[in-house]
Amino acid sequence: MEHAVDVHRLHFAFTVTFHYIFPQLTMGLALLLVYLKTKALRTGDEHYNRAARFWAKIFGINFAMGVVTGIPMEFQFGTNWAEFSKSAGGVIGQTLAMEGVFSFFLESSFLGLFLFGEKKLGRIGHWLAAFLVWLGSWLSGYFIVATDAWMQHPVAYHTVANGRIELASFWGLLLNEWALWQYAHTMLGAVQTGCFVMAAVGAFYLLTDRDEAYGRTFVKAGVLVGIVAALLQLFPTGDMQGKLVAAHQPVTLAAMEGLFETHEGAPLAILGQPDVEHRRLDNPLEIPRMLSFLTYQHWKANVKGLADFPEELWPDRIEMVYYSYHIMVGLGTIFIAVMGFAVVQFWRGELFTSRWMLWLLMLSVPLPYIANTAGWITAEVGRQPWLIYGLMRTAHGSSPRVSAGNAWFTLIGFMGMYSVLAILWLFLTWREIELGPEHTGHVPEPGEATAYD
Amino acid sequence: MGTLWFCLVALMIAIYVLLDGFDLGAGAIHLLVAKTDEERRQVLASIGPVWDANEVWLLAAGGTLYFAFPVLYASGFSGFYLPLMIVLWLLILRGTSIEFRNHIHSVVWDPFWDFLFCASSFLLCVFFGAALGNVVRGVPLDGSGYFFEPLWTDFQLGEQPGILDWYSILVGLLALTALVNHGALWVSLKTSGPVRERSLRLANQCWWVVLFLTGIVTFASFRIQPQIMAHFRSSPWGAIFPALAIAGMAGKRWANGRAKEIKSFLASACYLAGMLLSVVFGVFPMVLPARNPAYSLTVENSQAGSYGLKVAAIWWVLGIILATGYFAYVYWSFAGKVAVDRHRDE
Repeated sequence: MEHAVDVHRLHFAFTVTFHYIFPQLTMGLALLLVYLKTKALRTGDEHYNRAARFWAKIFGINFAMGVVTGIPMEFQFGTNWAEFSKSAGGVIGQTLAMEGVFSFFLESSFLGLFLFGEKKLGRIGHWLAAFLVWLGSWLSGYFIVATDAWMQHPVAYHTVANGRIELASFWGLLLNEWALWQYAHTMLGAVQTGCFVMAAVGAFYLLTDRDEAYGRTFVKAGVLVGIVAALLQLFPTGDMQGKLVAAHQPVTLAAMEGLFETHEGAPLAILGQPDVEHRRLDNPLEIPRMLSFLTYQHWKANVKGLADFPEELWPDRIEMVYYSYHIMVGLGTIFIAVMGFAVVQFWRGELFTSRWMLWLLMLSVPLPYIANTAGWITAEVGRQPWLIYGLMRTAHGSSPRVSAGNAWFTLIGFMGMYSVLAILWLFLTWREIELGPEHTGHVPEPGEATAYD
Repeated sequence: MGTLWFCLVALMIAIYVLLDGFDLGAGAIHLLVAKTDEERRQVLASIGPVWDANEVWLLAAGGTLYFAFPVLYASGFSGFYLPLMIVLWLLILRGTSIEFRNHIHSVVWDPFWDFLFCASSFLLCVFFGAALGNVVRGVPLDGSGYFFEPLWTDFQLGEQPGILDWYSILVGLLALTALVNHGALWVSLKTSGPVRERSLRLANQCWWVVLFLTGIVTFASFRIQPQIMAHFRSSPWGAIFPALAIAGMAGKRWANGRAKEIKSFLASACYLAGMLLSVVFGVFPMVLPARNPAYSLTVENSQAGSYGLKVAAIWWVLGIILATGYFAYVYWSFAGKVAVDRHRDE
């Protein structure tokens, strides 16, 4: 017999994973759109305006996907996780409501103006619209990360008699240390998705000998912004995230690293398959003492293994935590290498003619999506068995009256609908890339384009 | 503090109904008032730059409900699990049909999205009305503070009602016709030519149906939920809400007969706000009445801690002032009739 809570978990996991395909691109692209509009404003070169209009189309498709798949996320806190919402709604409802009030209104109002209002707004006004869309989307990211950070590392609350959790400090919730680092790390991940996508489209144009001026602009913007983001992703943001996990979720750190036994001078596992039943890593490829050094800056520091924690505190899917973490870190390292080589070639003036590098950039496009998703899986599955770390177990958080059967009914519904949406999204995005920047070079107006065209 | 937040949530829901109401209504009449591709693009252009921002009021109201009344959010959302999920699917279909339609021009692409846009808007109007009907009728809450309603049971108002019973279907139909009326007035305000004429005609015809259904639903509501009459008796000043609805109905008739679209539209907004606020006022201090009144959720037993409610009052006011500014600017920027190129640029 299946527990309803497992279906509720799958329900949230599926819908949020699909949803995050879109915001990671739009948050990254929003920044790059501001870059293109700034170049247009400063150089007065229409080329950059045309480039921005092209990316605005891709942005529009992805933004629409993000909006329609995002609404179910807020609803699911109440529909599928009623016990959690009843207890903690007074705290995390604050950040979720702030997202609506401070970012969604901003974003949705100015996106309409950004997409349709270029003629009406003038050059500076249109730059400002792009800037406000960026601000709205990045604010939205902050409120969501702050919500998750509170579940990872609850602060600024007190528990009252009936088991309800109440907010004790507004600024404590908003300026949660965990939220600040997680936000920086998350946004850099989104910027990398934006950069890889922009560079890949540019590389595609250069490789196919079309729209070459745009191809060069896109590759250059993607690579130069991308290398900065890739480096900051590792250090300091990734490093600080790791240290916070070590300090507040040591059992999660052990699961991420596949560390079963406690070590003085713990090794860092690069490869190896965790065998949870026998508590060992098969064919491990390790760097001796490295984990101790990275975590505590001391080669002989003591790092606790899973064996030192009671099993009921272990994340319930250790393999998943281990693999998703290793995939994230591995890909992050590859991004630094790819972007680093590309920057060297750019300095030497070889990048736009280096076919192997252009191929590499073009084919890398799925990788940042995988890395971002793997990062979130590490964080959220790593948080198990807790829904609110140390306060409420996931098993106690779901809706008591929503049966597994009803949850399956809606999960299957979402799976079907999202499959169709995914096909449409790929088809329409590909079509815009195929039509190219020259095609969308004119200024759109609401009468001509009824939707976010 | 709880009562203040109750009023603010009610206000946000009312704004949502007035704003998204017109674009839902415009969607529901899409195939009826617009026949050619050019006409259909007129209808879409009339809501294109604003529908998404309008929908944000639903999210903002939901978020506000969440932190101010977490018990209500948990109980209500899990109890209305099935209709809410259907609403989500309809919102997804509707959003994509508006956004994706104009990327491609083809005789198989356009009508598909037009149909989907129309059907999803139509059903959303009915479901939102049915949801309101469920709140008025009361839900099968028990001592645990939870309930679950299947989509339907025997369509009666018994101890174990479904989402759809004769009463909630009736409220759904009233919501549909009222929003069709509202949407038709918006479309007539924003368009010209045959679309405008058809919309005005439809709004005129609709008025009688709205009047008829309003009468029946009002009568049934007073019978089904005795708290409404009790509260109007104990606080007679609440009569301003039904009076607003009646004034709105009369105003619509008067202005529509003279083809004054803006006045008709505002009158329709008064009617919708008056009806909704009458219901909200009527069930107060309950926020979710139970079939067994002992288990009803009230402002008192479902609100969050007082610190959170106080601190939120500060940021909420700030945020809503900003949002009002954005809305004023966006509506002003896209003011006037929409103009659609005869031949689309492909």
